[in-house]
Amino acid sequence: MSEDYSWKLAAKSESLFLRAKMVQAIRRFFVDQDFLEVETPLLVFEQAVEVNVDAVAVGDRFLQTSPELCMKRLLAAGYRKIFQICKCFRQNERGARHLPEFTMLEWYRANADYKDIMTDCEDLIISVAGGIGLKKTSFSKARLLLMEKPWDRITVEEAFQRYAKIEVSDALGNGRFDEVLACEIEPNLGIERPVFLYDYPREHASLAHCRDDGDIAERFELYIAGIEIANGFSELTDPDEQRHRFEEAFRQRKEKGYTGYPMPEKFLETLHQMPPSAGIALGVDRLAMLFADRQTIDDVVAFTPELL
Amino acid sequence: MYTASDLRKGLRIKIDNEPYIVTEFNFVKPGKGQALYRCRLKNMVNGSQFERTFRSVDVFEEADLQEKKMQYLYQEEGKYCFMDNDTYEQIFLNEDQIGDAKNFLLDNIEVEVLLFENRPLGISLPNFIDVVVTKAEPWARGDSVSGNTKPVTVQTGYQLQVPPFIEEGEMIRIDTRSGEYITRVKG
Repeated sequence: MSEDYSWKLAAKSESLFLRAKMVQAIRRFFVDQDFLEVETPLLVFEQAVEVNVDAVAVGDRFLQTSPELCMKRLLAAGYRKIFQICKCFRQNERGARHLPEFTMLEWYRANADYKDIMTDCEDLIISVAGGIGLKKTSFSKARLLLMEKPWDRITVEEAFQRYAKIEVSDALGNGRFDEVLACEIEPNLGIERPVFLYDYPREHASLAHCRDDGDIAERFELYIAGIEIANGFSELTDPDEQRHRFEEAFRQRKEKGYTGYPMPEKFLETLHQMPPSAGIALGVDRLAMLFADRQTIDDVVAFTPELL
Repeated sequence: MYTASDLRKGLRIKIDNEPYIVTEFNFVKPGKGQALYRCRLKNMVNGSQFERTFRSVDVFEEADLQEKKMQYLYQEEGKYCFMDNDTYEQIFLNEDQIGDAKNFLLDNIEVEVLLFENRPLGISLPNFIDVVVTKAEPWARGDSVSGNTKPVTVQTGYQLQVPPFIEEGEMIRIDTRSGEYITRVKG
């Protein structure tokens, strides 16, 4: 006798309706601000080389891990305000907050920096929460989504001092940065109010602009209720530096025995035409988890891989 | 041999030559950082528990356990009795060793008792069991707001969420690994 899948799908109806309203409100927010909605291919030859992001290969191409490179090529071509809601694919990512196929919202602004994008985040989420009729009294996470701006901001260095038993430099030195961040720091972030964790060490920003002699990357992550919602930065626009960082990521992937990727030459060729810009990737499924007050990502998508 | 991506609740692995069971499991991956597999592990011999975070490069051996088919007889004062139907030998396990399996111990059900150096340490249930629903609220047809799921109690005393059309006295199939409803079993 086979499993009762229809019931499982039917049981999600409340959060699926809420999710759909949320996505419509997101789209309305950007359209109202004269952002151009774009669609870029899911099947790509080139993608950003990240040490810890594994793409799904399809023949001689890849399913995109993020639309970042194509979006930046549009910035380089002169588009000033663009957004996209699309599927992204990452191998071996499955957990209460991870799906190997998930929905990403990305938006980019020319002549802007990461602090402008933080303001966008506040405006977007507060507007969407209001737009779908969330009430401050409805449940604890909705309260967070409706918090008036400005939301809290804390640097990575301060977060290590406040929440971790180890200094950020030591964590970088012994390879425990990710572990300390995930296990000791993240659970404390965005509990009372949403918080932007910002200014990352340069080793943790492969496509972000760095300042202070290149030591600090202008990158941030938005956390709400201990959940990482979005990752944004001031964009690196120097093609030589970008090539160098991709090569370093290749070297580290090779060292770990991971598969290699082709150098994104078309992207690098046009990067010098890109104006100073900032952009962000926001996990739509995770935002839906907050809006629907669900503990697992499974509850806010109709089909998980296990239901296929 | 297991890799970190095989880790899940209930998996039994070998650490320092002793058997451990994963009692809690979480996949975490910060930002664009590396994948981390957070586990709570219980030593099956002495019951001690601790948390450990693994990385995708970590590999594990299966716990060195022998399995022996035995029949569940009864429970008394927190002791669960199982019998070998060939030799009539009886063994006892405590509630901690039984763990969540106590929710699915039907009378006379056949299980695999897990032995380490001939000592019984736990049991392994069939993946699916069929049980009778002993308590369920009637289904208010057309109630589409709260009508997605409802709680019921089954013959072992275990409570779970099921589709609203399930009624008292019906038989349902449960996945013993997740504790979730699978389907209605027509008698």
